[in-house]
Amino acid sequence: MAATAAGVFHTSYASELRLRHTSAERLRLVLVVAGLLTLPWLVNPYWLGIVNTIGIAAIGAVGLNILVGFTGQISLGQGGFLAVGAFTSGLLVQRAGLPVPLAMAAAVLVTAAVGAFFGLPALRLKGLYLAIATIASQEIIIFVVRRWGWLTGGQGFLDVDRLTLFGWRVPRTSFEFVWYWIIAGLAVLAVVTARNLFRTALGRSFMAVRDHDIAASAIGVDLTRTKLMAFAVSSGYVGLAGALTAHYTQTVTWERFTIDVSIQYLAMIIVGGLGSVAGAVYGAAFIMLLPPLLAELADALRTRVPLLADQLPAVQAAAFGLVIVLFLLFEPRGLDRIWRRVKDYVRFWPFRY
Amino acid sequence: MITREYRFPLNSSTVPAGEPVLTVSDVGLRFGGVQALDGVGLTVRQGQIHAVIGPNGAGKSSLLNCVSGLYRPQRGTIRLTRADGAVDLVGRRPHQIARLGLARSFQNIELFKHLTVLENLMLGRHHRMSHALLPALAWFGPARRQEIEHRALVEEVIDLLELQVVRHQPVGALSYGYAKRVELGRALCMQPAVLLLDEPMAGMNAEEKESLARYVLDVNELAGVSVVLIEHDMDVVMDISHTVTVLDFGRLIADGPPEQVRTDPAVINAYLGEAAR
Ligand SMILES: Nc1ncnc2c1ncn2[C@@H]1O[C@H](COP(=O)(O)OP(=O)(O)O)[C@@H](O)[C@H]1O
Ligand SMILES: [Mg+2]
Repeated sequence: MAATAAGVFHTSYASELRLRHTSAERLRLVLVVAGLLTLPWLVNPYWLGIVNTIGIAAIGAVGLNILVGFTGQISLGQGGFLAVGAFTSGLLVQRAGLPVPLAMAAAVLVTAAVGAFFGLPALRLKGLYLAIATIASQEIIIFVVRRWGWLTGGQGFLDVDRLTLFGWRVPRTSFEFVWYWIIAGLAVLAVVTARNLFRTALGRSFMAVRDHDIAASAIGVDLTRTKLMAFAVSSGYVGLAGALTAHYTQTVTWERFTIDVSIQYLAMIIVGGLGSVAGAVYGAAFIMLLPPLLAELADALRTRVPLLADQLPAVQAAAFGLVIVLFLLFEPRGLDRIWRRVKDYVRFWPFRY
Repeated sequence: MITREYRFPLNSSTVPAGEPVLTVSDVGLRFGGVQALDGVGLTVRQGQIHAVIGPNGAGKSSLLNCVSGLYRPQRGTIRLTRADGAVDLVGRRPHQIARLGLARSFQNIELFKHLTVLENLMLGRHHRMSHALLPALAWFGPARRQEIEHRALVEEVIDLLELQVVRHQPVGALSYGYAKRVELGRALCMQPAVLLLDEPMAGMNAEEKESLARYVLDVNELAGVSVVLIEHDMDVVMDISHTVTVLDFGRLIADGPPEQVRTDPAVINAYLGEAAR
């Protein structure tokens, strides 16, 4: 294999199938890994907490993008699936006394099964109609966790103990630090497995269904199986994000999983780039960073523009809406596309084309 | 001329040459008041190019859609002959029919437009690949190995159809001629028992038509694949096909070798009628 200005040449199919081809790509990987390994020492616990929420959101966004961006099945049920993961894992630890890792693994499987079940309407419905059906599943799930007395005592609320791993209770002082390694590790795992998926036959069949379902069935893709599989796989990731939320925030309440959350996650993958694993991560970071950064900004301008600080929640909501509209208008393919253009510009510099 | 050994048989039918491989009998299909097909029957023989021609709206695409399971005829049978006997295709779902070896192209190009040429062709291999989830997530063992194995056959199809230069391009950006060829390629990658082509040359100029006809002939002669070729244009078809079936208003009006069909009064009438329309 050789990399030249004109392109990259491969001498075997195996080398072509690798995710990283050039030394620049490998260097970038080294930098990302180095960044992830040093980050907890570079930021204070407040910002580390924000990084942790970004990590959890990234896992959920990767999951949602598998369904929406890669398989073309619009879903507004994200909040509901997060709730399933959170309540499953929380209940298994609090009520059944399961160790946290086991409970989270169970939450992944349970959410995958629930996702496949609520994916059934996708066998009949497409586009906006499917979106409406997934809103229904969102509402059904939230209704169940709020009202099913046996689950949450009819409160839709559950307290979860501070994390204990293999008998070791994580101390309050190093809480964010320990969680960082857990979340970062799982987020990396989510990204790597999702990228792997889309270079195999299974992942390609998801994209075939997205691009043209009739043609997909004519080449032998079983639409029923493939759509339900996409719902299950996607929901598995979302369930993991939900379970992490439960143990990280130590409270599970239905209010955290309303349709607003579903919309927020859709915003992440739109801003990041539909049908891109990296894009889901960029989008999660962007959407989760927006409120704290705006808060910082409002604080800095407090004396000169007091309105910004006084009306912070409204400003944050408006900025959220504005960002989505701007992306839809000017770069519907999201941050991932912008980043690719920057890379190409650098790679081909000083040539224009 | 460069000749090349092909390692993979692209034809998967085991029916002896000249024997019936696909038999359509008495197929009737109606949409509300429109009788799209009315008692149509034909026999496709192994190793032949079997053309189905007829004026616009004659029911050619409908017939193909019945064979590949997209439409369900109200009447008739469609039998595929296999090593283990004949199977009726009517009532089976499209992906099951595809797995039995019926590969097709569409009248309006129906590719996976956000994927590259290579990915589209690899999707032609879909039904012969394993789709287990865990190996796919881990990119380990069978998942990785089969990508490399199936790529070898896909590359042969790329060679046969001369798609090398567009291999990594997204199909959405291809010219019309290339896109048509990729669709042919995707169907070929399935290693079909019968290849169904719905107007592969529609919308092409004479030169492009000739080159596409050449590829279809290669597929048939070099790879031994039986082809059902739908074409609106009678002239191209007469040159390359072994048998011609003519439809008009959903009815079969002629069936036989090209030279016989060409002079059939009913056929001349149908086409003259169309010219006058
Ligand atoms: N999905 C459909 N719904 C209703 N009518 C259809 C449908 N498909 C085909 N037809 C009708 O069936 C007849 C045959 O169409 P078609 O098979 O596309 O003809 P051809 O391919 O020979 O041009 C036409 O009258 C067409 O309007
Ligand atoms: Mg037609």
